[in-house]
Amino acid sequence: MIESTLPIGVPLLLLGGAIVTVGAGLVRRSAAWPITLVVLVLSALVSVRQLLVVLAEGPLTHRLGGWPPPIGIEFAVDGLSAFVTSVVVVIALLVLLYARDAVRRETPEEEVPFFALLQVLLLGLTGMVLTGDLFNLYVFFEISSLAGYALVGLGSREAPVSAFRYLLLGSLGASFYLMGVGYLYVLTGSLNMADVASILPGLIGNPTLTIAMTMMVAGLSLKMALFPLHGWLPDAYTYASSTATAVIAPIMTKVSAYVLIRVLFFVCDPALRATIPVGSTVAWLAATGIVVGSVMAIAQSDVKRMLAYSSVAQVAYIGVGIGLGTPFALIGATLHILSHATMKSCLFLVTGSVQLQTGRRSLHSYEGLGRVMPWTFAGFTLAALAMIGIPPTAGFFSKWYLVLGGINAGEWPIVLIVVASSLLTAGYFFRLMEKIYANPSPSLKANDPGMLARISIMALGAGVLVLGVANFWFVGEVLQPALPATLRLTGM
Amino acid sequence: MIDLFIGRWPYVLTVVLMLIGLYGMLVKENFLKKLIGMNIFQSAIILFFIVHAFKWGATVPVYDHHLGDAVEAYINPIPHGLMLTAIVVSVATTGVGLALLVRIYRAFGTLEEPQVLERMQSRNRS
Amino acid sequence: MEAATESIRPFLAIIVSMLAIPLIVASGEKRPNLREAWTLIAATIKAGLVFSMLPAVLAGETFTCRLLEISPGVALELEADPLGMIFAIVASTLWLLTSFYSIGYVRGAGEHKQTRYFASFALCLSATIGISFAANLLTFFVFFETLTLATYPLVLHKETEEAKAGARKYLCYTLPAGLALLTAIAITWGLAGTMDFRAGGILNGSMATTGQLRILFVLFILGVGVKAGLMPIHSWLPAAMVAPTPVSALLHAVAVVKAGVFGVLRVTGFVFGPELLGDLGTGTALAWIAGITLTMASLLAMKQDNLKRRLAYSTVGHLSYIVLGAALINAWSWTGATLHLMFHATMKITLFFCAGAIYVRTHKVNISDMVGIGRQMPFTMTAFAIGSLGLAGIPGINGFVSKWGLASGAVAAEQPIFLGLLVLSGILNAAYFFPIVHQAFFKQNDAFPRLGEASPLMVAPLCVTAALSLLLGVAPNIGIHAWELANLTARAVTGGAI
Repeated sequence: MIESTLPIGVPLLLLGGAIVTVGAGLVRRSAAWPITLVVLVLSALVSVRQLLVVLAEGPLTHRLGGWPPPIGIEFAVDGLSAFVTSVVVVIALLVLLYARDAVRRETPEEEVPFFALLQVLLLGLTGMVLTGDLFNLYVFFEISSLAGYALVGLGSREAPVSAFRYLLLGSLGASFYLMGVGYLYVLTGSLNMADVASILPGLIGNPTLTIAMTMMVAGLSLKMALFPLHGWLPDAYTYASSTATAVIAPIMTKVSAYVLIRVLFFVCDPALRATIPVGSTVAWLAATGIVVGSVMAIAQSDVKRMLAYSSVAQVAYIGVGIGLGTPFALIGATLHILSHATMKSCLFLVTGSVQLQTGRRSLHSYEGLGRVMPWTFAGFTLAALAMIGIPPTAGFFSKWYLVLGGINAGEWPIVLIVVASSLLTAGYFFRLMEKIYANPSPSLKANDPGMLARISIMALGAGVLVLGVANFWFVGEVLQPALPATLRLTGM
Repeated sequence: MIDLFIGRWPYVLTVVLMLIGLYGMLVKENFLKKLIGMNIFQSAIILFFIVHAFKWGATVPVYDHHLGDAVEAYINPIPHGLMLTAIVVSVATTGVGLALLVRIYRAFGTLEEPQVLERMQSRNRS
Repeated sequence: MEAATESIRPFLAIIVSMLAIPLIVASGEKRPNLREAWTLIAATIKAGLVFSMLPAVLAGETFTCRLLEISPGVALELEADPLGMIFAIVASTLWLLTSFYSIGYVRGAGEHKQTRYFASFALCLSATIGISFAANLLTFFVFFETLTLATYPLVLHKETEEAKAGARKYLCYTLPAGLALLTAIAITWGLAGTMDFRAGGILNGSMATTGQLRILFVLFILGVGVKAGLMPIHSWLPAAMVAPTPVSALLHAVAVVKAGVFGVLRVTGFVFGPELLGDLGTGTALAWIAGITLTMASLLAMKQDNLKRRLAYSTVGHLSYIVLGAALINAWSWTGATLHLMFHATMKITLFFCAGAIYVRTHKVNISDMVGIGRQMPFTMTAFAIGSLGLAGIPGINGFVSKWGLASGAVAAEQPIFLGLLVLSGILNAAYFFPIVHQAFFKQNDAFPRLGEASPLMVAPLCVTAALSLLLGVAPNIGIHAWELANLTARAVTGGAI
């Protein structure tokens, strides 16, 4: 562990940015976006630099206020957390390019709060990823959630209702997580992750431990929208403004998935995991979630809502990987964090652009849009193919690793579900594509969105392809060193 | 069976509180009552931590020259510190919740869930 | 063993038509001549690259090209071996001819969205060459799925309800097949620890129980068999005939379906191998499926009045010839199968080109309307006659050579029943093709307007392919040394020689 101030860099930048945004916004409303852009560019640079340093030199640590762990709060960064931080910040930066015009048109009154809240949300999410303390994680969990509720609530007239429901369920999830931490604290007397990890092996077989883990997993699953705790997600995504959805959908659930990995595979050791039936439960619930999410997505007539249900299914892929817990499955899960974040943000940006340009959002009204918004729908097509899992896109390879992991674990029904679910996904995406490209609609007047939005859509669309072709570079250079030694592929 | 509860009644109490809160959140139809339920639920968890930190015959965790380094004479300060944070979080959540309720009331003129849903749907249809 | 040379040429052969796509799109509808120039340039370069590797491959060398690793221990890897060369030569040569023909066709028929058409076409060809040079299962799969996807807009091209239904049906068959193939690949990797294609197979009986290996084989055949048009999973093929004729010609007579049978060849010869297939008994089972398909398809072809649909069923039948050869897996049958892969392509593409030329000129699609057309379009119908004679297996045309190989294979495998089926199918072929030729030339039809031949851009390619069929029938080893290539791969896979 190397002492460094890098780990607190991103959260501090975002905290400062949020305050400055509010201050400057009081004077000039239009200052909010440029300030946020500067802050996010800096954050992205810091997070990438942090990733490179961690990969080159090993994990970093920072003691808040100089207090040594386990008493003090520690920010600990290893490969995995540096990776997820970079994903969060970079995706948010790309969405921000789109946000300038969109926020001004969708929620003109709330421009300043929107960008301030966006930074608070990212502060919470990066904090969750970077902290090495279980209770501190709860605090960041709530910071991100509160900013998330507010962002969702800024959308359409219906948005506050879905945001309020999200708030009730989200608080319930956070409370469960807190209870779990409480039990863990009762058992171990410590809140530092590394410290708890070293104490836990002596407690194998303690029934309270099972309760503690179950509560933590339940709380995190709720925030991750893992079936059957996904009820809040469709409404929240559907009614939120397009920018809010495009930020929240790709990264918020992924960070919770990251925390789940952190708790199950870093805090618990393999012997301990074997005594708690959490893994197989998560795997099976997630496999059910894949089917339920996909079937529900097929049943929707609103494109945004369809994508929301598809998120339920896609997050469940990550859940399957975590639940199976074999080296390949974990690669699949971590890679899917990245690939799904990329493709889902692209898809939501496209639906947002369509809504801004034409006011359309139902499946039926997408007819002929491929002709008038060619660039936008080129990105959409790439992302949709990745969602289905067509090689060589990123989505294919994360599923490929999940399939390999499932075969290794001998869980044939899960392999079958993961493979066959591609068909369901193909079902709802090709239905849409056929409308977009094959049904001419001569009266349609619309264009591609402005340059900034087009850049972000195209960058994400191209990213899906690049990530797919270069997936093994990520796996070998970033994801493998980031996982615990016992969960790496042998011979790598 | 009784043994399980004797000496643990504060824990039982927190569980009862928790269930009351959960009942309010899930069953009540008024959004404000749901929010109150959530508050009760969070309070129960805060109490759970505090109860755990409680020790008979111990004093506040401020260094006392008469007691010296005798650890058992002080109560554990960490859960209290944590719960101060949790209370702040809970207040903030309530604040955001209330703000959302104000927006809902402005948009729909009611806080009763069935009516709100009805008005949402009728608007979507029109 | 063969010497392997590191070379970037296989990769270039794939990428060249992909690089043409942005140029095609940038040229757009406004500059059609420039756009078509890009297609022709890419097609020429591609064919040139493929042919430049031929002499060395004939001399026993192979070209390998290892690109990025895409999964632990598995890279996007290309290898130009004799079998791959056969398919690559067919695809690249016929793409060049089809490009000329396409230009004549889409302009003659006034098709819309020509840019999308040419761009998708180029992508299809990249995928096809990728399939032929893929050195391992995962690379094969990547290109196989790319091909599925690139074909989708082409089937959908007309955007009518019928086209949409055909495209939907196409996806409904090929996507599940892709998933079966994916599962089979993942399992194979778990069993054999490798995904490389190796002549003689990578699996053996000690890796899993007989039952498991049989299931694996079924998964593989489901995966590649859909594109190969095996019954009962063939019915996407006639439905996809709604596409423009050059698409049907190149893709549904050459690229897509041949990718399917090529996959069958790779699976039987390079994943399972002759020994394991014999032990499992799955080779014979597959041979029976192929035998039934080729008989049934010929019978169904007779009932079709739409010319393209009749050709489609004929394709289904002829694909099963190749599958039969792959399933019997001895030196003769393998030679016959690989030759038929090549020779069927030249004959069938001739027939499709003719159908397209007739459509552009007369807008007739039904055979019953084509009475007396031979006098209007003598070149076209003569080419048609040559193609159909070849498919029926008349000596002097290349179809006879490959059928001879297959028939000898059936004899060598001591399965005379398949010999009988081959002969029967030849007769049926004659029965459904000859009436078309007969009524075109020997029946008068005064009601027919005087139209003459289609544009030279269309007639020239079909004359070239007909001439090729004749030439290869007389001298099968001429030019590209097809006979020798087929022998090379047969020797590598089966260990036997002719």
